[in-house]
Amino acid sequence: MNTIRRFFTDRDSLAPILVTVFAGLFSLLAGIVLIFIVSKNPVQSVRNFLLAPFLRSYNFYYLLIVMVPITFTGLALCIIYQLRYMSLIVDASFYTGAVVATAVGTQLALPPGLHPAVAMLAAGIVGGIIGLLPAVLKIKWRANELVSSLMLNYVFYFFGSFIILYFLRDRSQTILSSLPFKASFRLPRLVENTQLHAGFIIAAVFVVLVSIFLFRTRWGYEIRLTGANQKFANYAGLPVASIILYAHFISGFLGGVGGAVEMAGLYRAFIWQMNPSYAWDGVIVAMLARKNPKFVPISALFFAYLRVGADFMSRRGDVAFEFITLLQGLIILILASDRIVNYFKERRLKRQVLSKTGAEAGAEASPGAGAAQGGAR
Amino acid sequence: MIEFILGVLTSANYWFIVLRSTAPILLVTLGAVITEQAGIKNMALEGSMLWAALTGVIASAATGNAWVGLAAGIGASVLVALILGFFALKLDANAVLCGVALNLVATGGTVFVLFSLTGDKGISSSLPSKVLPALTIPFVKDIPWIGKVISGQNIIVYISALAVIVIDLILRRFTIGRRIRATGENIEAARAAGIDPVRIKFFSLIVSGILAGFAGCFLSMGYTSNFTSGIAAGRGYVANAAQVVAGGTAVGSIFAAMLFGLMDAMATFLQNVGMPPELIQALPYAVTILGFVVVTFIRDRREAERKRRLFSKNSVPSAQARAS
Repeated sequence: MNTIRRFFTDRDSLAPILVTVFAGLFSLLAGIVLIFIVSKNPVQSVRNFLLAPFLRSYNFYYLLIVMVPITFTGLALCIIYQLRYMSLIVDASFYTGAVVATAVGTQLALPPGLHPAVAMLAAGIVGGIIGLLPAVLKIKWRANELVSSLMLNYVFYFFGSFIILYFLRDRSQTILSSLPFKASFRLPRLVENTQLHAGFIIAAVFVVLVSIFLFRTRWGYEIRLTGANQKFANYAGLPVASIILYAHFISGFLGGVGGAVEMAGLYRAFIWQMNPSYAWDGVIVAMLARKNPKFVPISALFFAYLRVGADFMSRRGDVAFEFITLLQGLIILILASDRIVNYFKERRLKRQVLSKTGAEAGAEASPGAGAAQGGAR
Repeated sequence: MIEFILGVLTSANYWFIVLRSTAPILLVTLGAVITEQAGIKNMALEGSMLWAALTGVIASAATGNAWVGLAAGIGASVLVALILGFFALKLDANAVLCGVALNLVATGGTVFVLFSLTGDKGISSSLPSKVLPALTIPFVKDIPWIGKVISGQNIIVYISALAVIVIDLILRRFTIGRRIRATGENIEAARAAGIDPVRIKFFSLIVSGILAGFAGCFLSMGYTSNFTSGIAAGRGYVANAAQVVAGGTAVGSIFAAMLFGLMDAMATFLQNVGMPPELIQALPYAVTILGFVVVTFIRDRREAERKRRLFSKNSVPSAQARAS
């Protein structure tokens, strides 16, 4: 009994988990309130929103498909956030990765299996190089990486659509579309008659790889150490600059591969009229996962659940799909607020203090409270 | 090609459009400058502009008065800034992440509200919204080339010029400006001097909200006459880069914003001669980031130079000898 209690009270990780669950539930609740405000048929809408994956098998598979791209961007941002950087260049890596994959998928003739693999590798390398840019600007000229990455995202978006329009466009189509992909480029389906593709497994493999990389290898440890205290890492003799660079390359690589997987798994041609901006979803996925790749599938699942619910509800009723951005924003705001995180931490501390005896416990707890305050960013 | 560009550069029409595209960027850049000077990054400027643009259109359509629309738009924009302030200053949240979240909310939220009101996700053309008036300046309009450039602009363009003066005065002449800079420079010292940093930061956020409100309303009630989804087109982000180029001063903002305005206006002309529009659209952003990098590079070098000089002045002669 005592051990069980200690498991729930002594572990450092419990407070963040509580906040995360709180953020998720609170945003769901806010969403439901919002539906009641705007919908003419709120009960039906809420039911569609909450139960979408269970109402239609199509929705269930759609949920799994949606998880794939946001798992990739979520993983990519986990690495960036472990480094305590804010770059959002993954957006450009993902989009350009899709463009590169389109080029490989339409122009090259390779055997099946090898074809998407080559596309992913090419997209990953290009995505990785793009991912390097804000880091280079930051290291060399101390340009704020968030600002520069947001600018670069626009540049690469316009450049990517230029490539599609002028070199890969299918001119027989009236709508904007690239040439159709070669059959060998497409990833196999996992379940007959659904869109669930092998990209799901590839994403799962990458979750494992990135987890091992970050927590079981020297390079991952160096990234985490640099993020925890860059000065210390520097004094310890670590090559900080090159650590920052390879972390950004890997992050961009993941983004690029994600774009390629999305193309090879889901589409017959490049038909994005605008940037799907999965990086922004990746921000929330990485934050919900507390920058730990292990938890990315769980937060991606939750996030895909919101998305699919909102999508199903908007097609069946009068609430626009965009309402989930309100929930997304709310989640980030709650998770970013140290005061809210500390509230959960302090409550736990208080309970600890109460369970101990009088003065001794008080003396022990006060430095702990200070550490909790200081520890959160 | 070069002849064409030279032709464009000398035409009054081009410079008229330059001023028009510079105005909204200038306003938000000033907003970014004043918050940055107070030591808080307002990443939510993009969201402020979006909400201002939508609210302005809705309120002006509801009341039939463009000025009510402008006031409502500014109100919405300030509200976004206040929400950012609440989370960043009262709940100790990372201001940049909050800004990202508020932009996300604004991007989807404006579409959501637009859809709930009109049933359309792209454009507000079904709302009978009003447009802010353009002003003809007497006498100036009769000057040959300059009259065509300066006169006849939308009133917000003139307000943006006025805003430069106001922000310059606030930052350099008024007590509040000293307090803002003190807070941004060294928050502990400011606190020791009896300044309440939280209040100062809130003040600068409100000012930036007002400025972004003008900019947002201009986009939907002057620059164009509708709200379209994503109408701010990253201008709020550009402002954060332009703020660096501006070197944290109001007058510098003119040049930084002009950089974007020049490219933006050139893009509309180049499109007519068959340049791929995708590349042209990327131009303003590419040039802004270039300016951003060049200025941070120069500033960094100057800072290093200053430190080196300080260091060598204080160091012992033998060190100087070794250095030479």
